[in-house]
Amino acid sequence: MNSKTTSLIGAALVLALALTGCGSGSSGSAGSSASTGGAGATAAYDPDATIEIGSLYEPQNLDNTAGGGQGVTEAFNGNVYESLFRLTDDGKVESLLAKDHTVSKDGLTYTFTLRSGVKFHSGKPLTSADVKYSIEKVTGPDSQSARKSSLSVIKSIDTPDDSTVTVKLSSKSISLVYNLSYVWIVNSQAKSLTTTEDGTGPYTLGTWKRGSSLTLERFPGYWGTPATNKQVVFHYFTDATALNNALLTKAVDVVTSEQSPDALANFENNGDYKVNNGQSTTKLLLAFNDRKAPFDKVLVRKAITSSIDNKKLLSSIWGKYGTLIGSMVPPTDPWYEDLTTVNPYDPNLAKKELAEAGYGSGFSFTLDTPNYDPHPTVATFVKSELAKVGITVNINVITADEWYTKVYKNRDFAATLQEHVNDRDVVWYGNPDFYWGYDNPQVTKWVEQAEQSDTADGQTELLKKVNQQIAADAASDWLYLYPQIVVASSSLSGYPVNGLNSQFYAYGIKKSGGRG
Amino acid sequence: MTVYLLRRTAFLVVSLFLAAVVLFLLLRLLPGDPANALLSVGASPEQVAAARHQIGTDRPLPVQFVSWLGEMSRLDLGTSFVSTLPVGPEIAARLVVTVPLTLLAFLLAVVIAVPVGFVAAYRAGTWYGSVLSALSQLGIAVPVFWVGMLLITVFSLHLGVLPAGGFPQDDWANPGDALTSLTLPVVTIALVMSASLIRYVRSATLDVLGSDYLRTARALGSSFIGAMWRHGLRNAVVPVVSILGIELATTFLGAVVVESVFALPGLGGMLVKGFAQHDYPVIQGILVVSTFAVLLIGFAADLVQRLIDPRLRRSLGGNLSGDGA
Repeated sequence: MNSKTTSLIGAALVLALALTGCGSGSSGSAGSSASTGGAGATAAYDPDATIEIGSLYEPQNLDNTAGGGQGVTEAFNGNVYESLFRLTDDGKVESLLAKDHTVSKDGLTYTFTLRSGVKFHSGKPLTSADVKYSIEKVTGPDSQSARKSSLSVIKSIDTPDDSTVTVKLSSKSISLVYNLSYVWIVNSQAKSLTTTEDGTGPYTLGTWKRGSSLTLERFPGYWGTPATNKQVVFHYFTDATALNNALLTKAVDVVTSEQSPDALANFENNGDYKVNNGQSTTKLLLAFNDRKAPFDKVLVRKAITSSIDNKKLLSSIWGKYGTLIGSMVPPTDPWYEDLTTVNPYDPNLAKKELAEAGYGSGFSFTLDTPNYDPHPTVATFVKSELAKVGITVNINVITADEWYTKVYKNRDFAATLQEHVNDRDVVWYGNPDFYWGYDNPQVTKWVEQAEQSDTADGQTELLKKVNQQIAADAASDWLYLYPQIVVASSSLSGYPVNGLNSQFYAYGIKKSGGRG
Repeated sequence: MTVYLLRRTAFLVVSLFLAAVVLFLLLRLLPGDPANALLSVGASPEQVAAARHQIGTDRPLPVQFVSWLGEMSRLDLGTSFVSTLPVGPEIAARLVVTVPLTLLAFLLAVVIAVPVGFVAAYRAGTWYGSVLSALSQLGIAVPVFWVGMLLITVFSLHLGVLPAGGFPQDDWANPGDALTSLTLPVVTIALVMSASLIRYVRSATLDVLGSDYLRTARALGSSFIGAMWRHGLRNAVVPVVSILGIELATTFLGAVVVESVFALPGLGGMLVKGFAQHDYPVIQGILVVSTFAVLLIGFAADLVQRLIDPRLRRSLGGNLSGDGA
């Protein structure tokens, strides 16, 4: 159990850290709201159009098990590589390269039947050996995949024939199918995957000009519905303003994740553009060290949560965008419910709770604050809010590296700010060894049982309980959920708006005539 | 001159070696472990150790240094820790943008600065002399990214005549496209660079204008232009050339801000990313290449100065033969 949870932790935090260079988090999410942007614009479109996409996340390399990062997920997931299952933009898991699958009664053996007629870009037909190879590439010793440990329950993989894969588990794992949606199926014979590719997706790699752009070309031999555009070019930017200028001058058609709230005014109320307010899974946390006084007291944590006006904070940073959630679960996770009323904003209640906890005359603590946006701004806001209930905050600004060592590794902190980007990551509260030290044996047990559930409903029910409990305990203060904003030219339709887990399916994007 | 060349070349080689040593040591004094940059936050100590072994940072420093020097001598700049791709080809690809950007900006800056600086000096007493001088003062104070954003706003967003950024995917296959994308960045750098150059040209010209030899030449019957051309220019150019060398070298890496504003895939952006990721091979590779470039520029500036100014040739010859100045 521990190893499993730690793995998920790693999965999410690595994204948070990877983002430190670029400002703030986009990424991970599973869409609740429907599907795709530019709905309705189904008129005539150019089937041979080139879609110019602007992004802040360039791949490090082209292999997602060798540290390719968020950028390669964005460009390649579902576009160049496909998995046995696909996570749709609204957060559902559906079959892709697996035609169907069965689960044994004890829940320990999964049998997948592969779709027939699927070919890699090199021309080789897909076989079960490729699937085995691909899963083992993720779980293998050299793998840097963030999903590595979530798949560590896999005991063995057999290939009884070319179209059948049998996976045996060491313990039940209701999330297996979901986790397999992150495993790219790669040709087992392919070489130099850090600079080339051999997948089964609707696009092949054209050219990758490092530091600048990456081109995808429609694959004529694709097994499924061909892409609704001929070519996709990802243009990479390091500066959000430069990215917005590119959109304003029509050098790009769509921005995968808008990170500059101030720039949105240029695109709102402008008929040439559509601003899509999607759902992200990036949560901004004021994480307490629940092991240490005074934050070992539930009442103190509740008091702090009730002292901070999250609504005001969110609107000062993102204007009308973003969501208040009141817990760790974003609306796109199946076990979401609105818990914003559990610890409402109420400074008088906070003062009462503090007095009851024995801190009526207040106290002071140090808030370790990562030095990149939005954390320093948020820290200042927290400081002024808590001053009103008699709590003094000392802001200690640290780098991402220091955060990793001081807070994450050595747990040498009282409270900290951090963004947690992944979906389905409430399970971390089941791990008492995690950096925030929340230790509720009942929650740990529920998280364990949830993973062992026989049905998705069973899992959902248990994780809802977990969510309610951590909110009641104010395990952390979940300040807000980031918005996921996709800005696109109004000539585009069919693009994803939730950008769940950083992916950006391009094969359904349609560009209407006019500008080519 | 041959002796001088030999001496100066030897100096170049020694400088390069010393720079390599300093670079190597400085990088390893930086806080932060490159293995951390490779792994997710949940990594176990075993994974960290394995990552260190994989990239070789678990070996003793002298061993790492010698193996690095060995690679360098084979012109192999190593492999990035983070991307696992070779560093050399990526630097080469980025130079295709950075070198033309720097050189064009430099040329344009000189073209602007020399006449403007001269006029500012020659007409120092007039109102436009003062205006030019004041404008150059202002140019020094203005941050380069602001100039870039201003030019983008005017020429890209409002007038729509030039791209706001980016570089053609096929590089220089179509030189017209490449030049078009470099226009605004080049102008941006050139404007800021010329502001300080104007100051130098102006003061060098003022020195010459007030000099005895110019007055003597005029008294001997030379026209002003003739005197300036024969005597003034040479004297004014000497200090300016050494400043030009420094400006050119600074721009080479200093273009990073402009690269970011204009989304150009240049060397500066690669360096900044390398630092953020503790990617030693990338940082080392870029710094070695740019140190080499800077030393070469200094070398060239020295030679040019010597060609222009016979006194320098004589003084060095004097030094070598031991009869002092």
